[in-house]
Order: sequence, then structure tokens, then C-alpha cells
Amino acid sequence: MDPFESIKQTFFQECDELLTDAEQGLLAMESGDADSETINAVFRAVHSVKGGAGAFGLEDLIRFAHVFETVMDEVRSGQMALTDEVAKTLLRAFDVLADHVNAARDGGKVDETRSTGMLDELKALIGQEGEDEDLGGDEDFGFVPQAFAMDLDDDSAPPAVELELDAPEPVLDAPAPEVAGPNVWRIEFAPKSEMYGKANEAGLVLRELARLGETEVVYDDSHLPPLDQLSAETAYLTWTIRLTSDCDYEAVHEVFEFVEDDCDLTIVNENPNGAGAPVAELSDDDRAAASASAPLDLDALLARVAGGDAPAPEAAPEPVLEAAPEPEPEAEPVEIEAEATAPGGDVASLIALAQSVETPAAPKAKAAAATPPPAAAAAAAAPAGLPAPATIRVDLDRVDRLINAVGELVIQQAMLSQRVLESGLARSSNVALGLEDLELLTREIQDSVMAIRAQPVKSVFQRMPRLAREVADMTGKRVKLIMEGEGTEVDKTVIERLTDPITHMLRNAIDHGLEDPEGRVAAGKPAEGVVRLRALHRGGRIVIELQDDGRGINRPRVRGIAVEKGLITEDAVLSDEEIDNLIFLPGFSTAAVISDISGRGVGMDVVRRSIQGLGGRISISSEPGKGSKFTMSLPLTLAVLDGMVVTGADQTLVAPLSAIIESLTPRVEDVHYIGGKDAVIRIRDTFVPLIDVGVALGFRDTPIPPASGVAVLVESEGGGKAALLVEAIQGQRQVVIKSLEANYQQIDGVAAATILGDGRVALILDVDALVTSTRRKPAARNEKRLAS
Amino acid sequence: MSKTVLTIDDSRTMREMLNHALVEAGYRVLQAVDGVEGLEVLEANGDVIDVVITDINMPRLDGFGVIEGVRASPAHRATPILVLTTESDAAKKERARSAGATGWIVKPFNPVKLVDAVRRVAA
Amino acid sequence: MTEIVSPTHGARHELIAFRVGDQEFCVDIMQVREIRGWTQATPLPRAPNYIKGVINLRGAVLPVVDLGARLGLAVTEVTARHVVMVVNQGSRTLGLLVEAVSDILNMTEDMIQPTPDMACDTVKTFVKGLFSIDGRMISLISLERILPEVEAEAA
Repeated sequence: MDPFESIKQTFFQECDELLTDAEQGLLAMESGDADSETINAVFRAVHSVKGGAGAFGLEDLIRFAHVFETVMDEVRSGQMALTDEVAKTLLRAFDVLADHVNAARDGGKVDETRSTGMLDELKALIGQEGEDEDLGGDEDFGFVPQAFAMDLDDDSAPPAVELELDAPEPVLDAPAPEVAGPNVWRIEFAPKSEMYGKANEAGLVLRELARLGETEVVYDDSHLPPLDQLSAETAYLTWTIRLTSDCDYEAVHEVFEFVEDDCDLTIVNENPNGAGAPVAELSDDDRAAASASAPLDLDALLARVAGGDAPAPEAAPEPVLEAAPEPEPEAEPVEIEAEATAPGGDVASLIALAQSVETPAAPKAKAAAATPPPAAAAAAAAPAGLPAPATIRVDLDRVDRLINAVGELVIQQAMLSQRVLESGLARSSNVALGLEDLELLTREIQDSVMAIRAQPVKSVFQRMPRLAREVADMTGKRVKLIMEGEGTEVDKTVIERLTDPITHMLRNAIDHGLEDPEGRVAAGKPAEGVVRLRALHRGGRIVIELQDDGRGINRPRVRGIAVEKGLITEDAVLSDEEIDNLIFLPGFSTAAVISDISGRGVGMDVVRRSIQGLGGRISISSEPGKGSKFTMSLPLTLAVLDGMVVTGADQTLVAPLSAIIESLTPRVEDVHYIGGKDAVIRIRDTFVPLIDVGVALGFRDTPIPPASGVAVLVESEGGGKAALLVEAIQGQRQVVIKSLEANYQQIDGVAAATILGDGRVALILDVDALVTSTRRKPAARNEKRLAS
Repeated sequence: MSKTVLTIDDSRTMREMLNHALVEAGYRVLQAVDGVEGLEVLEANGDVIDVVITDINMPRLDGFGVIEGVRASPAHRATPILVLTTESDAAKKERARSAGATGWIVKPFNPVKLVDAVRRVAA
Repeated sequence: MTEIVSPTHGARHELIAFRVGDQEFCVDIMQVREIRGWTQATPLPRAPNYIKGVINLRGAVLPVVDLGARLGLAVTEVTARHVVMVVNQGSRTLGLLVEAVSDILNMTEDMIQPTPDMACDTVKTFVKGLFSIDGRMISLISLERILPEVEAEAA
């Protein structure tokens, strides 16, 4: 990949992390438990977002982040008090910042009105109302976004900074230089001691000058004290350099960029006609003057060129008198070729060089001595320089390929075991024992591989604070969202599908669960409601709980609605729990007016369905006046499933273990028929439908005699129970889930497929669909879909 | 012989940018994510590090702390330090200078300017 | 290396010819991934009669279409000699149950003759054209419609 693109990707990944951290910090600020480091961290996060955005020229993002950063800067420096109002504004501004990042990444557009409004609010905080942040005279924002050119040879796009200078060099591209010959710059360079204290070295400056053209260097050591009084860090030496070069003043001056405040510096052009450059007799403060005077001289020069009577150019640079071709060691002042001094470096070596008159051109090779061979250096550097990464990033495709391959391995291993057993080899034979070890190993590999894809639910949870704020804003509720167990891990396939149900439940909890602030106060509760979102592992599943301290389920009302909608009969006897769970029934919606917030007219039944689609369950417990708690439990992965392998309609089928309560052999006296052939079975005083799986799937028309088979009692997520009648139970095993839709289509009553030890495909039952299908008579939907 | 640059920046993006530009230009690059780690890396590899580039705003120990730490270390006091500043205004740059920064690089930087700056201070 | 193809002869195709019932058909070899012996398929609930069921192809679950039944001939009585041609249909992979693969043909497009009007509708739906080789008549199958696209799932 293009390195620029790859770094940009890194930037957006980093943005995600920065934003997550910033949001947590802002939440802590809002709740009043942010220390100064937390506030600093938020500042730094925003600062880094801005910095990266600057490198990629993401102007909208820069502009917004800049104002945000300014506010944060005032907060962290204590100039602005961190009131509740400020914290809330920052949180809302954060949401807009996140929008900007997303827009920059996806090429989308941010809601202009919202962004501008938010900017105004932020500016109001820092007393910059109405100011245009671009032209606000804020020195801090002194950069113009500039693309990060990756090609080092490409100097064609000079940084914007250079364009700010009013220096004449753009005009200097005029033909004048050819006429006038090179400049001869006389540079007087007298470092102060401070310069060396900052690790700047005169030798390096000389080396840089030598890059610009031909240099002759004369140094003056007249201030050098006797050797015994030498202080290594005091500046004694001054240099006069003659530089013959086409370069302009700015180029010469730039060499001194880092040292000019720590030295006395004079730069004079001794060949005023050279390279069209004006006399630039400047001590370092005179740049502005130079810029101002330059155009005049240039005009004069251009006038002469245009007039055609340009005087014979003083083409050859004036011979420099000191420029003796051979260094003369004994001579003072000593002449040093700038190139030759370059490796010498520091003051000490320069002084040593000056003293050791016998070998002036052979400065001691400090660099060589101090630098070990690259390999050794790299080896030594690696552990400390790049702390051993705790994580690596891997393309998900690769992981999925691995998971698929391991799935195949598991199946192959099972097939092999089965064949070996079928071949009549004793279980104690070496082959069989070896296969057992192989099975253990295979299972271990499978577990390890699945663990690769496990991710903390944090990625889902982290979207929730924003949602909570938005819903609270829209509904006028006040809410504090507390999240726990964000580190709880679950397979990526599950993570991706957790967002919707959690989103919906959270909306519901705030919109319907919580009272408005007045109502809460009237009920003797704090005005701010608390919603608790929690993830934990329990029994090989992940459990997500969402609890609010609101009004709880209004059971009489729920019951009333259920009766009204024909979901239950008027005289139905229901426990509190059963009444609470009525809200999951299709067609039930407690909101009198369907609220946009709680899901665009979608009820809790949709939440339940999507959770069931993941092999999960959801339930609610509620206490009037105290709040409700939704609990959903999900498998840790969607790639494998613990199943009960059964024989139904002569087929091998798999029922998800999570749905199974128990299995039993039906006794004839417990089976009763309603009407023609709808059977129910009595299990401990309750009657549940007895569903012949073969009939339900359309494999046969008449059920088997119940007593000849096995009834598997299952619980559908709707709370309904049913007994699935199959011929036999083969056993339990973990199976790899295979999609039927990839090459075929969805089938009613079938959740997916798997491959068994014999290499054949077995269907995994969709228990819930089977249970429901007996209530509504199975329609001929499926045939219709396949009709050509 | 290629020179080694230690880059200290809490932003991964910035580290990657520095890394890319410097490696392209033939430097070896070590990275540290904050000032504390930066000084540790310098301590462990000081004899191979020719130039330190440090950000200013960082957790644990900021860029000023890095400069002070380097200048206070007898072994590394002469190691050149370039500071990365987003701010082109005087205050931060001045503070870094008076703490002992050798030079500075204004973000966002042009890779050519970056390499120039490193070359100018690298012995 | 340049191969000269006469423009009047049209594009060249390699086709796999196979038998279903007593008729010969063919498909473009580029669409055929592999040919396998028949293995017992797992029947699917409420599937049309031309879906034999699903088989395991190295971990992927793919449906097997009884081509005879699909073309409106007879439902195939499967024997061990039958083969399954694994073909690509868009993004899907499926198996075609056929009696036997006969040979590979080199054809150019201008050798295709249109399907006569007298052919019944089912055949016309799946047959793109006819070839005549050595007195044999071979129908070129259009795979696109063999397994219909799933209707959009109702929300």
C-alpha cells in the first residue's frame, strides 16, 4: 500500500483510540472525578487528532479540533472553571468532533449547522464569539494544512510557511543570475557559549554551508585562553566564512536557523550583482528590513537587464585572498576545509583540531568510535526502542481462513476417528490412542483459534455514552450511564451483532424506563436517572444486563394492552414475570405514541428476535417504582455451537443445546390430541405442544407414534415451551456452524447446517421457528420462494 | 554509516510519519511513546543515538522534561534534540530552546524539511 | 506468441459435454470447478423436487440440483455411476447431478444454433442454443437460471 495511505489508516485507527480515551476523560470530567492528568490526556488526545489532521490537510477537522483544543487548554490551565455546563458542552462538542473524524475518514459531510453551532458554543466559552477561527490571529494555529508529501525528492511543493515570507526569491527566478554570476557571501559567525549547551555545533554549521557552495573558512582563536584555563563549554572561537554560491540570502540564513539566537551573525553579499541578490548586510534581526529593501534593488537590476546595457558582469567571483590551495598547518589563522571538519563535531574536537597543528586535516573520528556496527546497534536498540508489542493487527480474512481450516481439521479428525473405529481396530490400539491425542490437540487448536477472534465488548459499549446523551437530550431526561465489564470478550461475529439490540434497549430504558426529572423528584428519587450496562461471562455464555432505576413495568397497563391486542385472553392467569415478558411479544408496544427514539416503531419483539437469531435469550425483571433489568445471554461465538445430535425423519439433525431443557420418553397417557392431530404432552402438570420434527420440516405427513420416539423439551425465546418429537438422541457434541445461505437460501425451521464426522451435512434446527410454526400453521412460504 | 534517530511522540500517526521519512532518508529510527520511555531508550542505547526528536505534549513526561533529562545526563548532554511543535508561536519554542533544545520542527512537516533539520544537527 | 483467430468464427469456447437422461448438454468449462462422484446428499425441508439436497464440499455446504428434474425430463434415479459437476453460478457454488460427462468440445460461437421454437418452455428457459457435432445434438445450458435467486426476504 501507498505509505501515505497506510499512515492515513493508522491515523484514523489512532483517532478511534484517542476519541475513546477522550470520551472517557470527558465523562470523568462531567462526573467530577477527573484529575488534572485526565484533563491533560483529553487535551492531548484532541491535540493529536488535530496534529494528524494537519498532516493530511483535513481542514474541517483541523478547524473544529483547534477550537476544541483551545477550550481544553483553558480548562487544563485552570483559566476556565470546569463547571457542569462546560463539561456537558465539551461532551456534546466531542460528539461533533467524532462526526468530523468519521466524515474525514469516510469522505462524508458533517451536519454543517450542528458543527457551526457547536463551534459557536465553544467559542463563547473562550470569549471568541463571532471570531473566525481561521483568521482569529491565533498564532497557535500558524500552520496551513499541508499534504504530507511522501516523496523525499519532491521539493516542488515548498511548505506553506515559506510562502508567507515576503522575500523576493520567487521573483528571483528572473534571468538575472545567469548574467550576474554567483554570490559571494561573507559570513561572520561568532557562537556564544549557550549554543554549545544546546548541542549545536559550529562544525555542523560549517558543513551545512559547504553544502551550499564553495567555502573558505577562517577561524579566529584570538580569544582562546591558555590550555589550562580552557572550559570545554565556553565559546572562544569565531569563524569567517566565504561562501561562493548561487544561493540566496534565505538559504544561507536558514543554515543558522537553530543557532541565530545563540551567536553573533553577519551575512554580507560581497558580490552585490551576484545571482541577482541584493546586498544583505544583516545581523539576524534585520530580515524584515532585507525583505523590504530587496524589491528595490531587484527593480534596479531588472531595469538594467531590460535596458540592454548591462555592464559586463563581474562574472568570476573575486578571488579570495586567503584561499590558499593547500592548508598550511603552521599558519595562523588556520584554514580548514569545512568538509573536513564536519565529522569532528563538537567544540572539544575543534579545539583539539586547532591545537594539533600537525594533522589539521585529519580530525579524530569521533563518530566512528562511538557508533557500533549497525547490526549490533539494531539488536541492542530493538528491545528498548520498540517495546515488545502486546498485540499485532491481523487482517480478519486471515483469521477467518484459519478458523475455517481448523473447522475442517475438526471434521476430518472426527471422520478419521469414526472410520478407524468402524474398521474394527481396538480402542486400545496404538492408532486409536494416537487418534485420541489428536482429538484433544485438535480441540485445543480450535479453542485457541476461536480465542484469536474474541474481542472485548468495549467496541460496542463505547458507542453507548453518546447515544445516552442524545436520547436524554431529545426526551428531556437526565441520565447517568454506568458501564461495567467492557473487557468481557466475545467472538467478533457476536460483537458485530450486539450493537443493535443494546442500542435499542438503551433507548428504551431512557425513553420509557426513566421518568422525567420532575417525576423522579416527585417520586423521591434523584433527578438524574441511572442506567447500568454490564457485561459478564456466565456458564460459557456472555450475559449483558441493562438496568435502569426508573418506574418499572406498569403491569396492569401491559396486561391491558396485551388483552386489547389479543395477545392474551382476558382471564389468562399470568405471573408477574410472565406479564413483564409480554412486552417481547410481536405486535406489543407500550408507547402510546410510537416514539422515534425508541426505535422507529419497532418493538421489543424485534430486539428479542435479533438476539434469538444469535442463539441468545432475553428476559426482563422489573420492580414497580424501582426500575427494570433486561438480561440477555448469548453464545460466545457464532462459529461453533453446542448441539444435541438427534435422528428425526431418518435424518441426522442438530438441536442447539442452549434451547433444550430436558429430554424424555413420552408416555402414551401423557399425550393428548386437540382436534385432529395437534398433540400436546403433559410434562409435570403443564401441557406443551408436541411437535413431530419430521412433520414440521415437511419430511413426512404423519407423526411417529410418540412413545416410539424421544421428546426433547425446548424453550422458545417467546417464553413458550414445546416438545420436539424425534426418533432418537445420538448424543451431544460441538459442531461448526455452516451457512446454508451462502450457496442456497434460508430455510424455515433450519438455522444453519454443519458437517458431521461422516462428512455429511446435517441441519441445525431453528427451535424458535419450529415452536412458532405450530402456532401459526406453516404457510407454503418456502415453496413460493423457490418457484422459478 | 547510517545515523540513528530516537523519535518520542505519543501519537502513533506522528511516529509512523517520522519513521517513514527518516528511514527513506537512510536513518535508523528508534521509537518511544512518551518522555519516560524516551529517556529509558536513550539511556539504554545512548551510544548509538545521534539525534533525538521529541514531541512536546506527552503523557508521563513532556518534551520539556525530555530536554531537561537529556541535558542533565552527563553521557547524553551533547545529543542534539529537535522538538516537534504544532505551534509556530514563540512561547513553546522559546521554552524548549531555553531548556536546551537544539532545534525544532514545525508540524505538519514536510519530509524534506524534517530530514534537513536532522542532518543539520546530526554530528 | 500470437494466436490468430478468425474474426468471422467468433470467440472460441471449451465446453464440457454431459448426458442427462438420453440427451446431451454442455456448459462452458470456465464455469465448472470440478467433477465429483455422487455422494449421498442431505435432503432439505420443503425443497422443490429438483433439489437433491446439500453436500459437503471441503467444508462448504452446497446444494445439488438434479438437472434432469430441473430441465423437466425425469427425476433422476441416482446410482453410484452418477457424477456431480460443481459449477459457479454468480457468487454461489452448486452441484449439478448428471449421468456422465462425455467429452470436452472446442467450439466457436458461430457454431451455435438458436433453440428452435418448437422446444418446450422449460427447455427454452435453460438452453441457450444448440450444437451439432458428428450427428450428435448438444444443448448449451444457461446456468444463470438453474437455481433461482432467492426472493427478497420480507422484512
